[in-house]
Amino acid sequence: MKTDAFSPGPTPTFQSSAKQTLRDTQMRRNLAKATRTIRERRAARVQELPDWPELQEAGRALKERVMRHLDTYLVQLEESVQRAGGHVHWARDAHEANAIVAQLVRDHGGREVIKVKSLTTEEIKLNEALEEAGITAFETDLAALIVQLAGETASHILVPAIHKNRAEIRELFMRKLGVRDLSDEPSELAAAARRYLRQKFLSTPIAISGANFAVAETGTLSVFESEGNGRMCLTLPNVLISVMGIEKVIPTWQDFEVFMQLLPRSSTGERMNPYTSLWTGVTPGDGPQEFHLILLDNGRTRALSDQRGRQALYCIRCSACMNVCPVYERVGGFAYNSVYPGPIGSIVTPLMVGIGNVPTLPYASSLCGACYEVCPVKINIPQVLIHLRGRAVDHKRTHTLVGRATPEAAGMALIGYMFADRERFERAQRLAQRGQWPLVHGGTISSLPGPLGGWSAMRDLRPVPKQSFRDWWRART
Amino acid sequence: MTTAREEILRRIRAALADVPSDEQPEHVSVERGFNRASDAARSEIVDLFVERVTEYQATAHRVSETDLPQAIAAACASRGVRRLVVPADVPDKWMPEGAAHGIELLRDGPGRELAVDELNASDAALTGCALGIAQTGSIVLDSGPAQGRRAITLVPDCHLCVMREDQIVGIMPEAITHLGDAVRARRPITVISGPSATVDIEFQRVKGVHGPRTLEVFVVAATPAASSA
Repeated sequence: MKTDAFSPGPTPTFQSSAKQTLRDTQMRRNLAKATRTIRERRAARVQELPDWPELQEAGRALKERVMRHLDTYLVQLEESVQRAGGHVHWARDAHEANAIVAQLVRDHGGREVIKVKSLTTEEIKLNEALEEAGITAFETDLAALIVQLAGETASHILVPAIHKNRAEIRELFMRKLGVRDLSDEPSELAAAARRYLRQKFLSTPIAISGANFAVAETGTLSVFESEGNGRMCLTLPNVLISVMGIEKVIPTWQDFEVFMQLLPRSSTGERMNPYTSLWTGVTPGDGPQEFHLILLDNGRTRALSDQRGRQALYCIRCSACMNVCPVYERVGGFAYNSVYPGPIGSIVTPLMVGIGNVPTLPYASSLCGACYEVCPVKINIPQVLIHLRGRAVDHKRTHTLVGRATPEAAGMALIGYMFADRERFERAQRLAQRGQWPLVHGGTISSLPGPLGGWSAMRDLRPVPKQSFRDWWRART
Repeated sequence: MTTAREEILRRIRAALADVPSDEQPEHVSVERGFNRASDAARSEIVDLFVERVTEYQATAHRVSETDLPQAIAAACASRGVRRLVVPADVPDKWMPEGAAHGIELLRDGPGRELAVDELNASDAALTGCALGIAQTGSIVLDSGPAQGRRAITLVPDCHLCVMREDQIVGIMPEAITHLGDAVRARRPITVISGPSATVDIEFQRVKGVHGPRTLEVFVVAATPAASSA
């Protein structure tokens, strides 16, 4: 099975990227401030609903139902969209999806498209592919615009420019939009973006969006947003192309009673986001008169085939797990080298591109469990992280020549041998009690010799005590 | 050559080899143990709606049916509205006396659709709505009576929305149930919760990027005649 990796070439390890991002103190300050604000707001809005746990459980169960019967629901969705006057395309990978979009834009003689912020199109690098085809894509979400103007990538799935503060954004707008006399007031910065994009909205005939949910029963798609750029793209152009991961389907219209409560509160910490657009195919006299839906695999079926990892596909992209993660808050989104950062990214990326391509991502966590607690669809992220760590080790053992011969593998084999037998274990303990003195300084072991040094670089170890529990027990009786 | 569609469906079926072949979607149980209807009194629901709309920095006016045209005229005057877009089927009894207040009415309807530049040059739009949701302070448009097409409540910088008290439901699940027919008739739906806003800069909510930066809701008290209908 050929699956496009998210980034070409070997992905740097999480540890090496994190070392770099940790040096950016401005980014860390911006991030700490923003994630604290979102955490507090989310907590307040969730506490307001006495039936939140029941909503979470219903959301989880609905997603489980969809994943176990994904083929049935996709075929039903396809029929519903076609019945409502839309066209449905299927794309095995990023390349195929991008080619379909480029062809559709060319068929309409378009050179420019406007876009609603969409993680799926970031995942497949649609903007770059369109550029190669001679088509310019304009991002219209404020944060996506900031990131596009800066020539960067997003560092957070909800607030892509979370790593930038107002002064940095003011400087960027003055440079790239040719605006003078701009203050760093967020409202004035937003007004500058409004002026810049207004004419684009009114005159561009083709728009591209993602989708938060698609209803199999009715063929209804939805976009949840705040600024109105989504409504502009979904309403004013003649042609709308929506790219959607196959896992975004939900069974029935009524199921929105669950997801319309879970998503805004978990995501932006609002009772409801300012604008939610729901459209069913084509409506004569209102909005785009041509609608294309592209159903994208790009590794999702690979994730589906991992029985324990499958739940990662329940994700509704709210980003609550990022905002509570102590690791994300410090290293930032770039350290994960994926469109999907944070705890959910640490499981969804390896599941989609294959653990062998990103073997260090499941280690980007302290397993504290905060992500599991806030997840609106109850994805047990720590459980999947541990499962994937196991798969990473297995992969190394079976797919690399040195896998079996690493000091780590040898060490684990030795420990396994010692722990398998009581007498051997106690002999090793006594050996350690006598032999550890050169390493103990002030009651702790802070660095280990040789290849073990890497492990102790970030951790302190308590020395083996003078008397073990078993010795104490024996002496007592 | 297999098509992408066949290939993806084949991959899905292979990935789900652990799911028993006779399992139906309904066999995966979904407990809807959450609240599905509000048990609050009507007056509390209306009060809550007004309170929650206001928290989004929108304006809510509580008016009687008789006072509605005056309230709309006053809002237009205070916002400096001179060109007001209305759906062709907006009830005449809502209308402020146009000439008296110097307001030009731009009617938009099937067969007489305003160009997008005309919408852009207007100051406000006046519409009805399908529903209000008290719990979230949301207004729902479903392209039904007095609502027009989606563009008219989007391009003008101010949206004036008329809502009858009996259109307000308590909580989200009730709204979703009410909207089922509109969805099955393939009408587009927009849920609006406050004016256009962004949190993209330092996660601080500021009003207005591309949608209307001003939202005013007129909550019209049910008249005895309306409540008996």
